[in-house]
Amino acid sequence: MLEKYNTAYQRYLDKIASVGSTEMVINMGPQHPSTHGVLRLELITDGEIVKDVIPHLGYLHRCFDKHAESMNYGKTIPFTDRLDYLASMNNSHSFVMGVERMLGMEDKIPKRIEYIRVLVCELNRIASHLIAIGTYGIDIGAFTPFLWCFRDREHIMNMLEWASGSRMLYNYIWVGGLFYDLPVGFEERCKDFVKYFKPKLDELDGLLTNNQIFIERTANIGVLPADVAINYGCSGPMLRASGIKWDLRRIDGYSVYPELEFDIPVGQGLMGSVGDCWDRYKVRVDEVRESLKIIEQCVNRLMSDYARLPDFDPRALVPKKINTGNQSYYVRAENPKGELGFYFETKEKTDIPRRLKARGPSFNNLSVLPELGKGVLIADLIAILGSIDIVLGEVDR
Amino acid sequence: MIDKILKHLQAEFGVQSVALLEGTKQDTVVVPKEHLVDVCKLLRDHKEFYFDFLANITAVDYHPENRFALVYNLASLPYQTQLTIRVELPMENRDENNLPEVPSVSSIWRTADWHEREAFDLMGIYFTDHPDLRRILLPDDWAGFPLRKDYKDAESYHGIKIKGE
Repeated sequence: MLEKYNTAYQRYLDKIASVGSTEMVINMGPQHPSTHGVLRLELITDGEIVKDVIPHLGYLHRCFDKHAESMNYGKTIPFTDRLDYLASMNNSHSFVMGVERMLGMEDKIPKRIEYIRVLVCELNRIASHLIAIGTYGIDIGAFTPFLWCFRDREHIMNMLEWASGSRMLYNYIWVGGLFYDLPVGFEERCKDFVKYFKPKLDELDGLLTNNQIFIERTANIGVLPADVAINYGCSGPMLRASGIKWDLRRIDGYSVYPELEFDIPVGQGLMGSVGDCWDRYKVRVDEVRESLKIIEQCVNRLMSDYARLPDFDPRALVPKKINTGNQSYYVRAENPKGELGFYFETKEKTDIPRRLKARGPSFNNLSVLPELGKGVLIADLIAILGSIDIVLGEVDR
Repeated sequence: MIDKILKHLQAEFGVQSVALLEGTKQDTVVVPKEHLVDVCKLLRDHKEFYFDFLANITAVDYHPENRFALVYNLASLPYQTQLTIRVELPMENRDENNLPEVPSVSSIWRTADWHEREAFDLMGIYFTDHPDLRRILLPDDWAGFPLRKDYKDAESYHGIKIKGE
């Protein structure tokens, strides 16, 4: 390789080597529990102050892009499940939408299928946010919310396992349809869950949201101004906590979201300033409430207008052979963590794409960390990292 | 909307240089790499377009042709519009000492920093004026660019066999 392709790496080595005698280089991770997976942060510290953060990624790189170039779309769906493995339904929903739009069949999908997709996606969104909230509590020293969140998440996991046969990696949403219709009694169980979960959420609120210790640790910490958030490509709760009402479920109005009523919570700086860690946490809690609203509406419609019919086949429209022709298409959807995008570039007469690139929201959200982490205390860096809510499966792909 | 953008860009940079890509479902503008930074700056700052959100950068390999392409997916938050920019990179050969060179847009959108590092890491595209163009997903001493279609696995990495028996 030419010398100039390596200069940045040399610069980095020089930077580490020239750390002053009052400073120290600390490796946080890759096995640190607060990095939520295998992320390594190289910190240059002066006492307790973080001078610089250098993230090192790739410990969980599983070559998603390369795999996707060697198999057809149906076979790629299980791989998309493993991107953000806490919200597999949302991943495959977005991917499947992209393929369906390339085929021009997005309007032909029966309403019942779309409602089931939204229902399972919102259930998965709650599960993902519960992890975010619970592990965020544990990051800054509150153990109980973690146990409560995992207890309630387990109900969702069991329900989705009942529907798809798998606990976390579902492969349930297919191009043109679904793996199976919902099991008999699923709608009732959803209703029971909503009834059970609403008071639990209030309990959680009482334990964490208004907890003075929690507020001290998160309010006014890691304030992310809206313009910086946009410039760094942050999306999802990160962007909304900075006060920008940007939710692709409303902006793009994909699937049946235009027919559903829900609000988009944004950060208001109730405990500190807009865009701090507390706001990011609060937006997630509020989103869980909105998701519950969506689930209730979906279940009601699945039991009335789009009720189960004996001869309904959710695989009826699944194409035997997918041929999209020569196309390029970028699809985006609102994942629990932000905008998940897939860029497709396809060829003639084959169902294998030339190029498929996944744009993970965590990847972009994480890239703002060096900016937020400059000049904060090491303990606050943990609070900031936790509030970003990354999943390394999606950062490294 | 797209006509307006196209007209504006063509008035600024010449009719020959900026073109609309036909046959796509999403609006795509093809831009030569000399004008890329100026086009991006204009699209971000112009108050009628205001593409302030760079969603994604993809590098595409057109093996067996000696040709690469970069695709930039932009979005405008205030206007709720989307736009795709495309830069074609024809090459004479695929030599590892002759990487395709493109000016970096990380001074316009900071998020481009990591996306461009990924394109460098996996596809071997060199971004000039990038502040920190290191590999991002692979180890710093990795050889080759694995997302290229003509990539061959090395025998071993630090004594670890790559291909199984």
